[in-house]
Amino acid sequence: MADLAKHRRSLHADGDADLEGEPIVQVKIASRPDELRLVRSTVSQAAVVCGCSEECVQDIVIAVDEACQNVIKHAYGGDPSGELVIDIRRDGDRIAINIVDFAPPVDESTVKPRALDELRPGGLGTHFIAECMDDARFRSPPAGAGNRLWMIKRIK
Amino acid sequence: MNCEIREEGGVSVVALSGDVDLESSPTVRTALLDCVGKQQAVVVDLSGVSYIDSSGVASLVEAYQNARKSETSFALADVSQAAMRVLELARLDKVFTIHDSLVDGLKNAG
Repeated sequence: MADLAKHRRSLHADGDADLEGEPIVQVKIASRPDELRLVRSTVSQAAVVCGCSEECVQDIVIAVDEACQNVIKHAYGGDPSGELVIDIRRDGDRIAINIVDFAPPVDESTVKPRALDELRPGGLGTHFIAECMDDARFRSPPAGAGNRLWMIKRIK
Repeated sequence: MNCEIREEGGVSVVALSGDVDLESSPTVRTALLDCVGKQQAVVVDLSGVSYIDSSGVASLVEAYQNARKSETSFALADVSQAAMRVLELARLDKVFTIHDSLVDGLKNAG
């Protein structure tokens, strides 16, 4: 719990405008696939609380799940000892989600949706995020963190 | 996640239910590839799938590609709304053969 409080302060501390909004929920998980069910459940309930429709909730859950997967698989390279903080806020008629990790900074140029005309397994996660959210981009991480993915979805 | 495999009239039926996610998709991948490897028609029942992510979709795509290589029939049936949303996002709803029901899938397999 102390660690969570530390991360909460860190997320507030950088003063970035895109962390404004009414905090809804913040959850910290280990970088393990079996933690993703908790993330989906938490995100789903938070989106409902924010007034999202069933379809909107579904899209947000998909995007956050895929973003967390990317952190687990790529940023941490499968190392289960890492941590992720998922912070969800309501900002007017939008829901804002920040996913912070403590892995080495990723090269943003390598994180792109792939073309869908080529049929092959894998590489769909970033495409799902782009399709499901109104905006998603890397922003300056808080002090001590490695990466912060910021995502926005209009509540509908 | 539950992955049940059975045979019905020479067709392998793989019935998935629950969440097909990063934790469970390796099990699904193995099951699907094993069934396709038997070189008999495969129908994947997705009626009970409450969630499927990109890793689950990747397992379906890999099995589909292996089936095409071996000229084996591979189809999805009774796709839940949650699974269909993800297939549509991946533009795969026009790639896979999708039947409205398992009965239809079995009728048309082969």
